[in-house]
Amino acid sequence: MRFLLIEDNVSLARATVDRLSLDGHVIDHAVCLADADSYIATADYDLILLDIMLPDGDGRSFLKRHRDALGSTPVIATTARSEVSDRVGILDLGADDYITKPFDFSELEARCRAVLRRRGGGASNIKILGDVRFDSLSGTLRVGDNTLHLRNRELRLFEIFAAAPEQIFSKSKLLDRLFPYDEEASENAIEVYVGRLRRHLQGSRAEIITVRGLGYRLSIE
Amino acid sequence: MSGTVHSRGSIRRRLMVQLLLGAAVLAIALFFIVQSLARQLAEESQDHILAAAASAILDAASVRQGELQLDLPYSAFSMLGNLSNDRVFYAIHFDDTFVTGYDDLPLALESNNFGPRFVTRLFRSEEVRIITAERRLASAGKPVTVEVALAQTRDGQRDQLNWISQTAATLGAGFFVSVAVLAFLAARSSISPLLRLTESVGRRGPQDLRPVAAPVPSEMAPLVAALNRFMDRLKTSLSRSEEFIADAAHRVRTPLATVRTQAEITYRRVEKEENRTSIREMIRAIDESSRAAGQMLDHAMVTLRTDHLEQAVVDLNTLSAEMVDRLRPMAELRDIDLVLNVLNKVATVGDAILIQGALRNILDNAIKYSSTDSTITLSVSQNAGWAQLKTNDQGIGFPENGVEALKNRYARGANVEGVVGSGLGLTIADEVARAHGGSLNIANNTEGPGACVTLSFPLC
Ligand SMILES: Nc1ncnc2c1ncn2[C@@H]1O[C@H](COP(=O)(O)OP(=O)(O)O)[C@@H](O)[C@H]1O
Repeated sequence: MRFLLIEDNVSLARATVDRLSLDGHVIDHAVCLADADSYIATADYDLILLDIMLPDGDGRSFLKRHRDALGSTPVIATTARSEVSDRVGILDLGADDYITKPFDFSELEARCRAVLRRRGGGASNIKILGDVRFDSLSGTLRVGDNTLHLRNRELRLFEIFAAAPEQIFSKSKLLDRLFPYDEEASENAIEVYVGRLRRHLQGSRAEIITVRGLGYRLSIE
Repeated sequence: MSGTVHSRGSIRRRLMVQLLLGAAVLAIALFFIVQSLARQLAEESQDHILAAAASAILDAASVRQGELQLDLPYSAFSMLGNLSNDRVFYAIHFDDTFVTGYDDLPLALESNNFGPRFVTRLFRSEEVRIITAERRLASAGKPVTVEVALAQTRDGQRDQLNWISQTAATLGAGFFVSVAVLAFLAARSSISPLLRLTESVGRRGPQDLRPVAAPVPSEMAPLVAALNRFMDRLKTSLSRSEEFIADAAHRVRTPLATVRTQAEITYRRVEKEENRTSIREMIRAIDESSRAAGQMLDHAMVTLRTDHLEQAVVDLNTLSAEMVDRLRPMAELRDIDLVLNVLNKVATVGDAILIQGALRNILDNAIKYSSTDSTITLSVSQNAGWAQLKTNDQGIGFPENGVEALKNRYARGANVEGVVGSGLGLTIADEVARAHGGSLNIANNTEGPGACVTLSFPLC
């Protein structure tokens, strides 16, 4: 996905850019509203992350100004102010959601997904894997005439496999992506979710294969 | 919140008392003045009539051959009868010898001048007014004196005086009553601007700190000016406090966000398990402190806002729906279904931001203390006169003992191992509920595992 990050704190912005690119996203960074204006004029974004307090103005005025130009691009506002005081007006003025700093990137991902789902994403969310049609936005798998909804964790796990079929993922990498900092989550949990996905994929040409000693891969016959 | 005001005395009462005392003195004086004037007048008119009657009698007197000739003229007595039905006595002396009438009727003391002499005294055990008048006649070239003493009882006069006194008393009382009514009206109208001011200030919402604009009498202007200055200071200090809290949160959280993000990146890069463990602990500590800072500042904001509670109608159905939408992504991350169950349309009066804060904390807890693949239900209903937001989860539930104490500041349960928290969530929810006249109830589900937390607010 392509993000525009509007954030005046440079070290936070740099870290955020690095962190999001780890998940394979492309990020442009604007340090102020003027900067953001020129980015918006030249490129299309899937999502905008907007800091509400910026040196050259209130992020809310930016929202008002660009609501038309942005069209269907969703905006998630970020704020570090007290939840009780700052929320007023953020949503009213056209942000689709907001997130309080510091945030867990899985929360950001979850919010992005929710926002994009609400907005109804385009064809880019649909992946055809053999006879399986996977919609990552609505979280549905269609095998033949059978459509089923994945739960969030199943969805996120399948997303990882679907992004790179045939690639081998170790249990610990999957664990990192799925429950990064959860003390209790063990590699057993990965086995549980892989088991569930296998059940969902039964009868299709796609299959999650255990690669002994290395991990799992998604293979399509 | 509103402390007791020590009041001493009352302007209205003081004004009333002063006016009434003045009126009473005037009424009593009026009574006495009228009474004494009336008495004087009555006495004078009796004296006049007695004098006229006496002179009529004397006029009728003549001397013939040294003998007194006197027909008591009827007119003299009818004159006296005019005044009242008092009894009349007389005595006539001719050259100092008693001639006719009541011989025991005393003559007034001798006087040197000729005018009639008056005296009041007891006669036959009745008070009488006695006039003594004399006339000199000539008898065979020698002067002789006819003396008449005429007395009249004073019963009629007393009756009349009584009647006048009564009238005077009625008059005085009437005067007093009308002054009392006027005093009451005057006192009321002179303090009515004060009452109007009190009412207009009292009617305001607590957030309404605009200066008083309505005109007031000049005597009250300094008071109102001081009140306006005070409200202005209060407004400044309130908004400064809110600004400070919001800013403090910003200053604390922004660097934490950088650290947390860097830590996440590092975590993804390092391989060695022991390093990973320490980074995990780092991230946990960051979460802990940012959450604690956030909750502490939220709590400060809640305290500030509950002191000046806004009074707007809050639609709890919309508020709950928004909050559920907002938290659903967080629940989904753990495969928890967050279900909103609307049983009734309910609203309350208060501060929507605070109620949102309370509900968010309750739902946050439900998510935190639930296991994956479970369901959390938020029911919005009307129950026994209350608007209720009830959260049922299927998580670990509250510990057996001492649940009420969990509402205390920084109190955390024995059941929390490994869950990040600051012990302020229930405190905030409880304070918000109580500030609205409602309550927070915490318990475990009666059927099955999990907690049941209910926020109750007065219906509107
Ligand atoms: N939904 C719940 N299920 C089980 N225990 C809960 C729940 N909500 C709150 N508690 C208990 O109440 C304590 C106080 O809650 P709270 O004030 O929100 O602080 P914390 O930040 O620890 O969650 C928690 O530490 C926990 O023991």
